Amino acid sequence: MKNLLRYIIGRTLLTIPMLFVLLSIVFVVVRVMPGDPVSAMLGGHAPEKVIEQKKEELGLNRPLIVQYGRYLLQICRLDLGDSMIFKQSVMSTLRDKLPATVELTFFAMLICLAVGIPFGAYAADKRRSAQDYGIRLYGIVIYCIPVYWLGLMLQMIFGVWLDIFPIAGRTGARMFSSTFDRTGLYILDTIVAGNVEALGDVLIHLVLPCVTLGLVLSGIFIRLTRANMLDVLKADYILAAEARGIHHRRVVYKHALLNAFVPILTMMGLQVAILMAGAVLTETTFSWPGMGRLLLERIYLRDYPTIQGVIVIFAVIVALISLVVDVIYAFIDPRLRY
Amino acid sequence: MNSNILEIENLTVHFPIYIGTVRAVENVTLEIKQGEVMGLVGESGCGKSTLGFSILRLLRPPGLIAGGQIRYHGNDIVRMDEQELLAIRGKRIAMIFQDPLTSLNPLFRVGDQFIETIQTHENGVSNKEAVERAADMLKRLGIAPDRLYEYPHQMSGGMRQRIMIGIALVLNPDLLLADEPTTSLDVIVEAQFLDLLNELREQFNLTILLISHNIGIVAQMADRVTVMYGGRLAETGKAEALFADPRHPYTQGLLASIPNIKLDQPKLHSMPGAPPDLVDPPSGCVFHPRCPYVMDKCRGEIPPSFNDQDHQTACWLYG
Amino acid sequence: MNYSPTAALGQFIRRFTRMGKQYGVEWWILVAGAIVILGVVSMAMFATVIAPYNPYDQDTGPQLSPPDSEHLMGTDNLQRDVFSRIIFGARTILGVAILAAILSSILGISMGLISGYAGGGFDKVFSLVMDSIYSFPGLILAIAFAAMLEPGVTNISIAVAVIYIPTYFRLVRGQTLTIKQELYVEAARAIGAPGSTILAKYIFPNVIATTAVVFTMNVADAIMTEAALTYLGLGLPPSVVDWGMDLAMGKKFLPSGQWWLITFPGAMISLLAVGFTMLGEGLSEILNPRLLEK
Repeated sequence: MKNLLRYIIGRTLLTIPMLFVLLSIVFVVVRVMPGDPVSAMLGGHAPEKVIEQKKEELGLNRPLIVQYGRYLLQICRLDLGDSMIFKQSVMSTLRDKLPATVELTFFAMLICLAVGIPFGAYAADKRRSAQDYGIRLYGIVIYCIPVYWLGLMLQMIFGVWLDIFPIAGRTGARMFSSTFDRTGLYILDTIVAGNVEALGDVLIHLVLPCVTLGLVLSGIFIRLTRANMLDVLKADYILAAEARGIHHRRVVYKHALLNAFVPILTMMGLQVAILMAGAVLTETTFSWPGMGRLLLERIYLRDYPTIQGVIVIFAVIVALISLVVDVIYAFIDPRLRY
Repeated sequence: MNSNILEIENLTVHFPIYIGTVRAVENVTLEIKQGEVMGLVGESGCGKSTLGFSILRLLRPPGLIAGGQIRYHGNDIVRMDEQELLAIRGKRIAMIFQDPLTSLNPLFRVGDQFIETIQTHENGVSNKEAVERAADMLKRLGIAPDRLYEYPHQMSGGMRQRIMIGIALVLNPDLLLADEPTTSLDVIVEAQFLDLLNELREQFNLTILLISHNIGIVAQMADRVTVMYGGRLAETGKAEALFADPRHPYTQGLLASIPNIKLDQPKLHSMPGAPPDLVDPPSGCVFHPRCPYVMDKCRGEIPPSFNDQDHQTACWLYG
Repeated sequence: MNYSPTAALGQFIRRFTRMGKQYGVEWWILVAGAIVILGVVSMAMFATVIAPYNPYDQDTGPQLSPPDSEHLMGTDNLQRDVFSRIIFGARTILGVAILAAILSSILGISMGLISGYAGGGFDKVFSLVMDSIYSFPGLILAIAFAAMLEPGVTNISIAVAVIYIPTYFRLVRGQTLTIKQELYVEAARAIGAPGSTILAKYIFPNVIATTAVVFTMNVADAIMTEAALTYLGLGLPPSVVDWGMDLAMGKKFLPSGQWWLITFPGAMISLLAVGFTMLGEGLSEILNPRLLEK
């Protein structure tokens, strides 16, 4: 156990410089890029004095270094400033929207793994066969399909033509109630409130967006699982297991897959980034009130503090999840523990 | 006369790859008698390991058995259906491999790997029973039973090798196939391992096929020896007879190549030439390009095995 | 020797199929990808000849009419011919994706070579920055850049290029580190060859093969990113003909069932991306064959 703790500490320390770099990049991008945010915000025709006043207000006329320092300090205090457009702190806006993204990405990831891993293992087991090539082709094609296009097509087929699933939002209009906003994770909230009808409504709204995002990402996992499985299947212990008369299916889906799962897990850390990117596109397509849609909305409105805040949160999430995945990896693989 | 536990007849194993077909094993016939230790020697690439794997049909694609029979107690393994084959593997014929670290699944505890083997072949054995049997086995091997809860990487190389034998023998098989079992062990551990193998052989009434490129351990352990070259059988016979009077020119060259510390050898003996290309092997006798006694006949016709008092040699010199 | 053109063609075909037999399926995957790419590139190059209408013309036919013999892919809400817009759209997406890939590769490779070769603190800092960018969601970074820059072809290419620089960097740096240790590099240094020569003559040629594969995958990804950005309304002005933007526009008419506005642009984006991906997969197998396995 001591080894595990040491590993966790070491790994956490590594996250800090990375976060630092990312936060700095965000700062640079938002501030140093051409275009004056204040005059854009004020409509582009405001008199000089008003612009200067606004800049003073927002602290934008201080030297860059000072702004940078204030920016970092604020982040450490978990203060991301206030929206330039609305009378709301960035933090509280994010807190509103984050659960929606979490629900979406969580279930999308589940679907992705449920499709990707078994198919990848199957393809590896039947390598060089028609099934193998078929699955690999699916893997390539599905990843090349833009997630928003798949979303639109599914909306069209299942939402418009067949009218089975809703095509926008997290809940139907008449279902909306303030009892939902305890955690913001509607599935939990409806279960806790004991409202089965609402739960059903929430679930049905989840289907299309999660399936869209999950399927597109499954392409990557199919290839990943297949590649790792091929390596594992070459190992001696697989041969030894077969030599003991263990049934082939068990050898592949228990002995081999578990060993292949370990490197897949590490890859999952990287995939979180792609998941986030996909979430942004899915949310805009399904009018899903999450962080992705928030980002785009505020970009159109030129609300720089919020834009910056969203990107910062994305950076933090990616860093944290990558850390968690690495720790889980160390936990599962006993070789790293002892 | 002991009965034959395993009869291999005209076994041919091919590996079709993109540059051609590798003829890894070509028309090999040999018998393993009940209770004996049969040593299978040859240099790397001669086909001995491939032969070993084919016995339990463990060939990795693209390898396939292209012809011949492998009869175990009369039943042809090559033509068996999957159910029969699975019943034999691990229970009647067991196999141990070269590197015990990579032969044991690193994510499972050692005990679990025992239990799985037992429960796969015997329905209705409870976990408790299986653990007891595994613990028994470990005791016989001189390992403390609480080691069952450890992972393979926590053990030393020698112990892992013993665990591997333990798992192989826990169901009391008749025949043990050992593919290069000492190659990854250091000399002292190797000696201990061979002693253990001898003990177990008596205790379990085992027949052993010992595959190795190390002639030394084969000489120690084997009752009968088979020499392979270029995918074909070169010579086979009783161990003492073969070592005392090697007949096939390849066997002679092989034994002469072993450095002898007692002799004053200014230059070590070596055989000219190189091992044959198994995709495009030489015509006739596969050894003829390197044979010091080569005759015209050798270039044209493949020699059959000539038997002389249970000492068989595939060489025209003895025809 | 027969030098007639038919004989030459015959030889070409024979060589072609022999490659196929030697490399198996992967060769045909590469060929399939190449065919798709060539098809789209030709479409882009000969757009003015192939397209039946001007893609900007807002009077080519009835509004929002489904595909028929006059308009193979129907018309949009501004009465423009969708088929012509698809053909001209190929120019935009190919132009941006390839430009971005070229920018990325030049910057990423050179930075990787220099950083890997120089080593030390400089290398550590650079690697940290690159790793951080690499681990961040690329699209979001591209969105940030595209949002801050003026819409335009060069700017969107920059936005797309930035996110791939770390990929090249990591690859090339890794290889540079390995090759740097090789004996022949040490020998070259011993006889006084300057760093630039070593980089150019020894390290760079070794790196080219793998980077070629990465380049094709890069283009595939750049295509997806470009389309995503324009779908979100960023990066390009509405005056440019672009598949992503057409998708965004067509989205509005989804509830009323005008499927042709969405289906064709999306299918083309997918097709082009698949083409480059297959090219990359086939190329990767051929340059690094894994003989008996797979």
